[in-house]
Amino acid sequence: MSEIPTDLRYTKSHEWVRLEEDGTVTVGITDHAQEALGDLVFVEPPEVGTDLAQGDACCVVESVKAASDIYMPINGEIVDTNPALTDEPEIINNSAYDDGWIFKIKPSDEDDIEQLMDASSYESEIEDE
Amino acid sequence: MPFIPHTDDEIDEMLSVIGIDSIENLFDEIPVHLKIKGLEKVPTGLNEMSVNRLMQQRAAQDGQPLCFIGAGSYDHHIPAAVWQITTRGEYYTAYTPYQPEASQGTLQLTYEFQSMMTALTGMDVSNASLYDGATAMAEAVLMAVRSNRKSKSRKILVPRSVNPTYTHVTKTMVKHQNIELVDIEIDSATSKTSMDALNAFSGDDITAVVISQPNFFGTLEDVDAITTWAHENNILVIAVINPLSLAVLKPPGIWGGTGADIAVGDGQPLGAPMSSGGPYYGIMTCKKAFVRQMPGRIVGRTVDQEGREGFVLTLQAREQHIRRSKATSNICTNQGLVVTASTIHMSLLGPEGLKQTALSCHANTQALVEKLSAIDGVEVVFDQPRFHEAVIKVNTSAADVLARLAEKNILGGLDLSELYPEMKDCILVCATELRIAEDIETFAAALSTVMAEALK
Repeated sequence: MSEIPTDLRYTKSHEWVRLEEDGTVTVGITDHAQEALGDLVFVEPPEVGTDLAQGDACCVVESVKAASDIYMPINGEIVDTNPALTDEPEIINNSAYDDGWIFKIKPSDEDDIEQLMDASSYESEIEDE
Repeated sequence: MPFIPHTDDEIDEMLSVIGIDSIENLFDEIPVHLKIKGLEKVPTGLNEMSVNRLMQQRAAQDGQPLCFIGAGSYDHHIPAAVWQITTRGEYYTAYTPYQPEASQGTLQLTYEFQSMMTALTGMDVSNASLYDGATAMAEAVLMAVRSNRKSKSRKILVPRSVNPTYTHVTKTMVKHQNIELVDIEIDSATSKTSMDALNAFSGDDITAVVISQPNFFGTLEDVDAITTWAHENNILVIAVINPLSLAVLKPPGIWGGTGADIAVGDGQPLGAPMSSGGPYYGIMTCKKAFVRQMPGRIVGRTVDQEGREGFVLTLQAREQHIRRSKATSNICTNQGLVVTASTIHMSLLGPEGLKQTALSCHANTQALVEKLSAIDGVEVVFDQPRFHEAVIKVNTSAADVLARLAEKNILGGLDLSELYPEMKDCILVCATELRIAEDIETFAAALSTVMAEALK
């Protein structure tokens, strides 16, 4: 069973979302997603400064098996990307929810996060898969 | 592996297992109005004897003219061993393998090919080849749009000195993808890309610029200055090269110090006969930073669990069998057999042989230009440093001159006025290493006669 922290929000496309104290929102892929993808070999981060809408494909993660899009969980502007992933994309496999964060968003509206799934909804979502 | 077709019984059995009546039913998701009703215009089959006869008749129409036309397809010597070896059973397939790891020999050959291409171009990576030079340029444009993330304009600057057929094919391939190709004027005195025309775009959001070296007129472009200008303006550089010329010219990997970002070209000069326009193959190389945006297959060298060397298809996650509609390209296969021939050709010639060939082409073309320009009514138009092509102008109808030469069994060059209306009565000529002094003499004598007749 994969790990699903209760303090985060989730999307159907397996991103996790954390509202930080400074009002930015950190995004990564879930433990379930990294397990399904297998060893990650490359992350193509989004361009800092771009405004994107919820559901936009903004980033690509590539594993030995597949290359998958990461989607914007909410509307907002990309304000930071994780520089460590350039040389060590496998950090996502080892630490999906902490060191393996992928990018940070300045949300257009913080409340949008409330629309996303909580841990228990996400858990039943992946059980249904 | 022999080709074993299914028998009718086997087909019926398979259809009954999946519960449909006919093979046609497998395609019922294709709307009826898109289906071709019949292939009336395709003739029924001929037996081998009739096909031989037909082909011999058609081949006889070509004759054996003395060819001084280049313009993208070049008449080079191909050692007899090249196709003798290429057509051995072990090599004789057009495909990159579908079960690659079981085809180590084929993979190794492709790996050697890629190594030769990176050595020639000075670029970091090469793919296993593309379809031809023109489509390689189109793929390079698409790749530049994916790679230059700083640029939002999807505008590509294409000088008119790039082979116009390449530009035409590229337009066809990108026109529905919201990519704009912007014509850049050439300097009418030199045929080179106009630096003034480029400077007009300084500071603008431009995705990439295409530079052809040598250019369509055989002239050498100021590749260093253009590359430096492009990189100062965050513009990617797509080099279109003749691979043979790189045996003597500066490789795109170091143009302007920073180097071209993508280098493409047609592999025909390296072991493929002119053969009415194909099959040839496309070369594509790039900087390592852009490798994940590169279309086509890439063979890598690695070691297995026990440390033994082996070859694999690498970076496949970006290919269409995995990434589906988001693949970097819809390129399905490459020109495996022509690439095999080309790799053998380069192995036989070696770096020194390639260099000698390139130098002979250049020397013969210089001799040709000298002889032709000495004829009354003939002048050299762009007297610039060149590789193995040049433009001459006749003071009468070029079409008429070429027709008269053809009667004497000489293909005297390409009439440029169709592609460049402003170049009336200009002819693009080429002399490869095969057009030795005696041939040049024959051409000059014939042109002299033709000009004297025309000027009467």
